[in-house]
Amino acid sequence: MSEIAVRVQDLGKKYYIGAEQLRRKTFRDQIVDAFVAPFRRAGKLLRGQATGAAELDEIIWALKGVSFDIRRGEVVGVIGRNGAGKSTLLKVLSRITEPTEGFAEIRGRVGSLLEVGTGFHPELTGRENIYLNGAILGMRRTEIDERFDEIVEFAETRKFLDTPVKFYSSGMRVRLAFAVAAHLEPEILIIDEVLSVGDAGFQRKSLGKMDDVAHQGRTVIFVSHNMAAVTRLCQRAILVENGRVVMDGPSEKVVSHYLRSDMGTTAAREWPDDATAPGNNVVRMRAVRVRDDQGNVTDSVDIRRPVNVEVEYDVLDSGNVLVPAISVENEEGVTVFITKDHDPEWRRQPRPAGRFLSSVEIPGNFLAEGTLVVGAWIMTEVPMQVHCQEAHAAAFQVVDSLAGDTARGDLGVTMPGAVRPLLPWRNERLSPARAAGGSR
Amino acid sequence: MSRISAVASPGGQAAAVPSDSPVPAKLRLEPSKGWVSLGLKELWQYRELLYFLTWRDIKVRYKQSVLGAAWAVIQPFFTMVVFSLFFGKLAKVPSDGIPYPIFAYAALVPWQLFSTGLARSSNSMVGSANLITKVYFPRLVVPIAAVLAGCVDFVLAFIVLLGMMVYFGIYPTANVIWLPALLVLAFVTSLGVGFWLSAMNVQFRDIRHTVPFITQFWLFATPIAYASSLLSEPWRTLYAINPMVGVVEGFRWALLGTETEPGAMILVSSAVAVVLLVGGAFYFRRMEKTFADVV
Repeated sequence: MSEIAVRVQDLGKKYYIGAEQLRRKTFRDQIVDAFVAPFRRAGKLLRGQATGAAELDEIIWALKGVSFDIRRGEVVGVIGRNGAGKSTLLKVLSRITEPTEGFAEIRGRVGSLLEVGTGFHPELTGRENIYLNGAILGMRRTEIDERFDEIVEFAETRKFLDTPVKFYSSGMRVRLAFAVAAHLEPEILIIDEVLSVGDAGFQRKSLGKMDDVAHQGRTVIFVSHNMAAVTRLCQRAILVENGRVVMDGPSEKVVSHYLRSDMGTTAAREWPDDATAPGNNVVRMRAVRVRDDQGNVTDSVDIRRPVNVEVEYDVLDSGNVLVPAISVENEEGVTVFITKDHDPEWRRQPRPAGRFLSSVEIPGNFLAEGTLVVGAWIMTEVPMQVHCQEAHAAAFQVVDSLAGDTARGDLGVTMPGAVRPLLPWRNERLSPARAAGGSR
Repeated sequence: MSRISAVASPGGQAAAVPSDSPVPAKLRLEPSKGWVSLGLKELWQYRELLYFLTWRDIKVRYKQSVLGAAWAVIQPFFTMVVFSLFFGKLAKVPSDGIPYPIFAYAALVPWQLFSTGLARSSNSMVGSANLITKVYFPRLVVPIAAVLAGCVDFVLAFIVLLGMMVYFGIYPTANVIWLPALLVLAFVTSLGVGFWLSAMNVQFRDIRHTVPFITQFWLFATPIAYASSLLSEPWRTLYAINPMVGVVEGFRWALLGTETEPGAMILVSSAVAVVLLVGGAFYFRRMEKTFADVV
């Protein structure tokens, strides 16, 4: 059982990034560069040494010295912040891009699913897209034939099989795409955050399907931001940060380490160190916190209670009009809303240097249940300039009490919707009962 | 269960191993240096994908257009009308003793296969960016499918050509058996140039702007509106280093029975086309590793 399915050794991937930051010395150099550079570039590109017309000089290691072994039948979660290198790792393992150094050894047929619905063509019908997408994912036609009914059943789109996909709702499209992908049966499955699609009901279904896959003894490598899914599906997790593996072990342990460290998104995020605090020489963000209405930092709030989000920051250069803002994003990556500081006291007022705390109250009975990610920004509106931004600064959970006095009422099933406001409803009885089956 | 898994070792040699064999095949992913093999075996294993991509291109091509597949005929037909008017009637360009309209149209049909194949394949890699960055498959499949999809247009335009031959009372000679080979030559030329341009287009989007220009230039550098018999030997044979010269003269010879004896020209054209194709395929493979990062 302990046979190695995937072996990764000292894997590195280098990217070239923009050359704009390079300082040119003199005007003459610039002129010369302007004439010579295109030729030098063309030469380099033709020799295959560089990767893009405007991107030559600066390099960035998206992965560096990554090593691990995955045994046959293991289900491994790869976690880390955005831009940590998770997706690059999956791209290398699924042969989309070549590593710059080191190697990966893979034993068995690989199926990779980095996106749901790759290659779907809007003009083709559902039926045609099942075959096309299946072929793109590496299924043989006979395999698709065998599983066709299962796929259609799973996607719940039988009625629309012969309708062009462009007329599908986005939910239907996602269901169909996931259904095809879910019926891919490789020995090694590589998945990138595809479970966060569709409505909640379908998500549960796809998570269930993933559970099945994980228990069939197949090797699965799974990238996700959904920590609950990672702990549930994976025995083991690998934490990636700045292109390196920083922790590798049982998923509960790695996930809790990740959440406790400032890499994970928790209810309070603080930057005690000047050097690492996000910002520029005008303003630096020092903390983003989520508090309940008692003033306690909390990562779980009752759907009925208000939540306070606060941003603490140092203004280093006085005289700028600064507007703090926060965004709230849900599990599907949908920005539920953005709100900016409208405090009349500071509106259009330049701020003096010093430490500030801006906070905003999000009312109760407004957010939908689930995990919400808070992003924080500090900007100047005119002229538009973002001084610091932290798209995933903090996170909290909104929990529906199921007490019956929320917008959910006594509904026992999952409620879709990005927000769940408790709105006033009125009822009027317009007339007494009509006879059953009465004419219309 | 007789599934086959596609596996390539670092050297690029591919091996087919049934996926249910006890010891699974090993695939080593590591940086490749310089020129790599074409991976033809793997390409063959992905033939179903090639089929589906071609089929998609054909299906989608004329969707939501009023005239639909008629476009495949309209383009060469009206070009022929214009050519007949200006070159045939007004400029009185000699046409090897054949009615000018069919003289031009017999050349425009293979030309169309070439030029649409070229246009579509050179844009194919950029157009499939979403596939290339999300799924692995032999990348050569993409430009090949783009050129293959043009074959349907060819068939439609060819049927009209047959109709015209009946109208003008021209019947093919026994040389018509060479037609499939000439068709392959047009296909190979289109694909060869398509490999080069599609790989370059990933990095330099300049290519996109040059393709219409290249096509137009090439159209007049090919004896479509005129006959290559305007040239004397050995220039005429030398002229065939433009592979479309061999194709076009070959088509007229095989179908219309022109007495141009294009044998030498076809040989020269074929040699150039093969060099273009093989060179293009190697260049494509060499650049391939950067596609997903750049496109």
